[in-house]
Amino acid sequence: MERLEVPGKALYSAMLNETGGVLDDLIVYLDGDGYRIVVNCATREKDLAWMSQQTSGFDCQLHERPELAILAIQGPNALAKVSAVVSPERADLIAKLKPFIGAWSGEWFIARTGYTGEKGVEIILPGTDAQNLWQALVASGVRPVGLGARDTLRLEAGMNLYGSDMDESVTPLESNMAVTVSFEGDREFLGRARLEAQLGEGVERELVGLVLLERGVLRAHYPIFSGDQQVGEITSGAFSPTLEHGIGLARITVGADNLTVEIRNKRLPVQRVKLPFVRNGKQVYQLV
Amino acid sequence: MVEFSGDLHYAKSHEWVRIEDDGSVTVGISDHAQEALGDVVFVELPELQMVIAAGDEAGVVESVKAASDIYAPISGTVIAVNELLDDAPETVNTSPYIDGWFFKLQPDNLGDVQNLMDVNAYETFCENEEH
Repeated sequence: MERLEVPGKALYSAMLNETGGVLDDLIVYLDGDGYRIVVNCATREKDLAWMSQQTSGFDCQLHERPELAILAIQGPNALAKVSAVVSPERADLIAKLKPFIGAWSGEWFIARTGYTGEKGVEIILPGTDAQNLWQALVASGVRPVGLGARDTLRLEAGMNLYGSDMDESVTPLESNMAVTVSFEGDREFLGRARLEAQLGEGVERELVGLVLLERGVLRAHYPIFSGDQQVGEITSGAFSPTLEHGIGLARITVGADNLTVEIRNKRLPVQRVKLPFVRNGKQVYQLV
Repeated sequence: MVEFSGDLHYAKSHEWVRIEDDGSVTVGISDHAQEALGDVVFVELPELQMVIAAGDEAGVVESVKAASDIYAPISGTVIAVNELLDDAPETVNTSPYIDGWFFKLQPDNLGDVQNLMDVNAYETFCENEEH
């Protein structure tokens, strides 16, 4: 949280339980004399209950904002399209935003963030304004997309999905989220002791990107082998529309190599690659 | 609008059968099936000369959403497979009844086709499946 020096700067973070398990992933902003936190909708009840419990006894108020909506507009033309339908003041604000920075304009909060690996903005605004903005964007040619498209975009961008790629049974160190954790100083964040113990013992599993260049699609729970030994499984998989082959994330034993995936009783070779797979619509991963 | 082709016979697992002039049969999957599957990205076809019984697995259709088995609608021997689907699997979506055929069988008994549904029975079957 100390990385949030600048108001409006977005920090991607994990919320941990006492044993270092991931309760949710989220984005937090410094906001006036407080913080704005954007969590996953599917974990809303759990997150609110947890945060209420953890803040009790401290001079801290938690305010849920159910009257707000969030719209994500992403893609190479996103900034231009949004700028064309909002006020000149907001268009100017968007033009000045740097990646991962958000800013206020009246009741709207506009940030250069996204879950797609593309340029774009996420706008948090009153629900009534959201309907008008949606309709104006659609009228200007911006296409609504569903969760299927969202899933292939975020996976191409190498981004985790809570519930698939991590949950309370794993730590951020096993979920390609080590960069979200800082051990500097002696902040007593929940889960610290367990994470430090895990580092001391040696982290045994890691979340990695895999590509399948053979004919097939990687899907969640397909086992991953190194030789005859199962070393893990796929956590998220898809047929990448950009790359036209299978991509996936898998949690495997640290250092495992010569990997194969078992699909319908056949073992096919998979290659481990550095994430992301795609950025701005183009392949960026390289085969070692 | 899902299309049902009048001159074909249909299995409950959504394969269709067309009787050819030479007594062989051509097998594919219906428009209803390809729509439910979504974009097809790979097709695994049976081996030539494979002998299969009605209900045996005869291949796999891998779509973006899921992988689905294809079943032999009647017993017979595989005499041809549609190699077009290796390079253009999306043909299953765009032309399920014509260019998107999967394989041809020399049936053990052509009369077995009568065990399958005609187009009206299949259309009713699909409607009931949805409810």
